[in-house]
Amino acid sequence: MGYNKRIDGRKNDEMRKIEAKVGVIKRAEGSAYFRIGNTWAYAAVYGPRELFPKFKQNPGTGILRCSYNMMPFSSSHDRVRPGGSRRSKEISMVTEKALSPVLDLSQYPNSVVDVFIELPETEAGSRCAGITAAAMALADAGIAMKDLVAAVSVGRVDDKIVVDLDYSEEAYEGGPVADIPVAMMPNSGEITLLQMDGLISKEKLKEALGMAKKALKEINEIQKAALKDKYKVV
Amino acid sequence: MSELLVKDKDIVVPGEVLAVGMDHLPGKGTYREDEKILAGQLGLVSIDGRAIKLIPMSGRYIPKTGDTIVCKVTDILMTGWRLDTNSAYSAVLSMKDATSDYIQRGADLTQYFNLGEWLVCKIVNVTSQKLVDVTMKGPGLRNLKGGRVFSVNTNKVPRIIGKQGSMVSMLKNATGCRITVGQNGWVWIDGEADKEVIVVEAIRKIEEESHTSGLTDKMKEYLEKVTGQKVTE
Repeated sequence: MGYNKRIDGRKNDEMRKIEAKVGVIKRAEGSAYFRIGNTWAYAAVYGPRELFPKFKQNPGTGILRCSYNMMPFSSSHDRVRPGGSRRSKEISMVTEKALSPVLDLSQYPNSVVDVFIELPETEAGSRCAGITAAAMALADAGIAMKDLVAAVSVGRVDDKIVVDLDYSEEAYEGGPVADIPVAMMPNSGEITLLQMDGLISKEKLKEALGMAKKALKEINEIQKAALKDKYKVV
Repeated sequence: MSELLVKDKDIVVPGEVLAVGMDHLPGKGTYREDEKILAGQLGLVSIDGRAIKLIPMSGRYIPKTGDTIVCKVTDILMTGWRLDTNSAYSAVLSMKDATSDYIQRGADLTQYFNLGEWLVCKIVNVTSQKLVDVTMKGPGLRNLKGGRVFSVNTNKVPRIIGKQGSMVSMLKNATGCRITVGQNGWVWIDGEADKEVIVVEAIRKIEEESHTSGLTDKMKEYLEKVTGQKVTE
C-alpha cells in the first residue's frame, strides 16, 4: 500500500505556497513576514540595544535573544494559552542557535539584538517559518551576517520522503511518520538546526536532507527577492 | 582572471557572491572566502577600482569618533552627565568637557544641564567596549532650548545634510527654521509651527528618495511648491 498520494495533492518534493515580504513592521529596526501554506510568521528585530539585566551582558560580543510566540487564536485546534510554555521556550532557544552562526555581533559588545517571532496562524512547520522570517528581518536591520538562514521541514510519511509536512501528514495514522525541521545556510550548505520527531532509517534521512537542501535553495531565492524588493530603486 | 558578478549600485543581500577571483579586494561590509568575495550585510554595492564595498541601507547608529550628535541628558553623574545617543551605548559628558567655568566640588550639576535637556555634542573618543566620551567645546556645540526632536534613518543623514551642507542650508533658507542634524539620526528643529511641519515632511521625502540622483534640485522644486516662494541654495 504505502503513502502514494499526498493528502493535499502536492508532489513529494513540493512545498506549500510561499509568500514573503520585508519591512512590514514600521517601528522595528528590521522586520519580515513569511507565509508557507497556512503557517504565517512575522519577525521583528530591535537593536542592537542596551542589554538588561546587566549580568547577561557579554563584554566580548553582542548577544542574540529570540522569542517565539504562537498567538492564542493561531492554532487550528485548541486555543493556545497565552504566555510562554515549555514548548515556546525550547523553540526560542533553537531559533537562537539556528541564527547565531551567521551573525557577527562582535562590533556591539554588551548589547543585545532582540528578535520577536509572532505567529498569527499555524499549521505545522512554524519553527521553520519563524527562522526563515527572522533571517530576513535581521538582514533588513542591517546587521552583519555572513549568510541568510532558510528552514523547512522534511520527513517521512509511511514509506515516502516528503518536503514541508502539513498538519494532516504530521498526524498521519496509516503508518510511521518522522518530522525533521532543518535550517541551513544556503550558500555553504551548513546545517544550523536539525531536530526530529519520529523514526527514520539512516538512508532515508540522507535522502530527506538532500531534498531539504534543494527546497532551501528555493526558499533562499524567495528571501533574496523579498529583501531586494523593499530596497528596489523606484 | 577575476569576474565581477554585480554592478555598481546593486542591492545585495548577505551571502551573495559579489566577485570571483583574486583581482578584486573585499572592502567594508564584504568578506572573502577562498576565491569568492561575498556580501556580509544588506547594502548597496560601491565599486572603487579593485575594491568592492557595501553602503549600508539600514541599521542603528554606532558611535564613531568625530561625529557631531544630538543627544539627551538621562542621568547626572558625580563628575558629569550621562547622555542617550540613540544607539546601544550611552555617552558621558564630563565637567571639564562641558564648560570652561570653575565648578566647585559637590556643586549641583543640574544648573548647567538638567535631565531631559537636549545637547549637540561631538564624540571625542570611543573605546573598544564602546564607552563614549563627548565634548561641548567647539563651534556649534550647545544645548538646545525649545524646538523639537525627531528621528531619521542614520544611514540617510549624509543625504539630509547634502554636499557641504547644501541640503540643510536650503531647508533653513526656505523655512527660516533652525535645524541641527545629528549623525546619530536625531534631528532638532525650531521655528514657526507650520514651517516645522514643512521641514519634517521634506526630510521624510529626502529619506525616501535618498537613492535618486539630482535630489537637491528635486527638493528645491518641492520646497518652492509648498512654501510658494523662491528658494535659494
